[in-house]
Amino acid sequence: MATIVPFGPQHPVLPEPLHLRLVLEDEIVKEALPTLGYVHRGLETLASIRDMDQMVQIVERVCGICSCIHAHTYCMCIEGLMGIEVPKRADYLRVIWSELHRMHSHLLWLGLLADAFGMESMFMHAWRIRERVMDVLEATAGNRVIISVNKIGGVRRDMSPDQLRWVLQVADELEKELDLIKPVLTNDYSVKKRTVGVGVLTYQQAYELGAAGPQLRGSGVAQDIRMTGYGAYKYIDFAPVVEKDGDSWARTMVRFRELYQSIDIVRQLVSSIPDGELAAKVKGKPMGEIACRSEQPRGELMYYVKATGDKYLDRVRIRTPTFANVPPLLVMLPGCEMADVPIIALSIDPCISCTER
Amino acid sequence: MLDMTATVLRNFLSKTHTRLYPFQVRETFENVRGNLDIRIEECIMCGMCQKKCPSQCITVNKEAKTWEVDPYACVYCGICEECCPTHCLFMPKDYRKPARTKELNQQLQLKGPEKKKKAKE
Repeated sequence: MATIVPFGPQHPVLPEPLHLRLVLEDEIVKEALPTLGYVHRGLETLASIRDMDQMVQIVERVCGICSCIHAHTYCMCIEGLMGIEVPKRADYLRVIWSELHRMHSHLLWLGLLADAFGMESMFMHAWRIRERVMDVLEATAGNRVIISVNKIGGVRRDMSPDQLRWVLQVADELEKELDLIKPVLTNDYSVKKRTVGVGVLTYQQAYELGAAGPQLRGSGVAQDIRMTGYGAYKYIDFAPVVEKDGDSWARTMVRFRELYQSIDIVRQLVSSIPDGELAAKVKGKPMGEIACRSEQPRGELMYYVKATGDKYLDRVRIRTPTFANVPPLLVMLPGCEMADVPIIALSIDPCISCTER
Repeated sequence: MLDMTATVLRNFLSKTHTRLYPFQVRETFENVRGNLDIRIEECIMCGMCQKKCPSQCITVNKEAKTWEVDPYACVYCGICEECCPTHCLFMPKDYRKPARTKELNQQLQLKGPEKKKKAKE
């Protein structure tokens, strides 16, 4: 006989409210029915009462973890509509801050996952390492999480040569600390027991259901929006991180290897950052429609902006990666044990306030 | 096993990575955006900060000559500080101190100086 067990919206492993009704037979999940909409804030609608400059600060609040990338994508849209060319140094700085955000997001997630399978010491170590990245953000941008450095046409803050040297130093330290955690993730029996073969998403399923980000790359699809070369990504050399297994462990390894990749990207950017202006002059009002894509820590982020030549935008539509990753989650859950549900749900790195805006 | 022992010993012998806040407060970095404040005697009540603020936490009353901020609505973006024509707004690098009651952190409302009347010739 089937039983329905609610999972969430309040659950110890969930950072944000996601509600799943799990149809169980004994301890095996047969079906999962999701409910979203607990943290809808109507941020897209605010475009009608806040002008396009104020919207930069508002779209940053869509997500608390990758705020800089949201603002960057929104600014790319407006700059594309108005034909503004962003100075090269501003592009570099935006991407450095974006990659720092990716690092601290992945470290936060790693801690949460470790906590979900009961490894509290790794949770504390991951968050201790994350604190170094937060210090860099606080010192260079002025705030710890929502850093408000982007504006239409460029950036509001500069990094001094001393700060850039410090960023490199922190990158080295981070790499050393990650090397210490690496054997635990890759070799530990209990970590593998909980993650290997749990929540498998095949290449075909990932492709057909439109998964995004590490979820997609963990199933063997080498798709990374950074490869399209927006911002300063066109000046540097990197390749998407891909794992083939498609299970929770593969997704964990994709994110863990992306941490090294981000460190490498930051090193490349800092070593080649040009001098110059921080922001281009903005004149006039935007007109027309545009869609821009970027790579969040969780996957592909898309902004659609429609402007009618007024300082208030007609429409801002935000499509976030977790929204794309919920349908694959529903395919991964059937067949797993009830005790594995928290790990599978966390392995997609759910960001529900992003999804509901 | 030996790796783990080394990590355990290192953790026992090293200092803690957390602090006993608020008794032990970390030094903030330079250029950090803290609590918004104003040198009210320099303010010309132009209302630019009110216009530009994304969270609309600032209220400027030109008639009554008052400048008011709701610190709970402020998002610490620093836009007002940048657009202020007289540079009388500033964000000191210290964060707001913890308090037991909300009254200690209540709204900041200040009255600007009265305009000097021109003496009749």
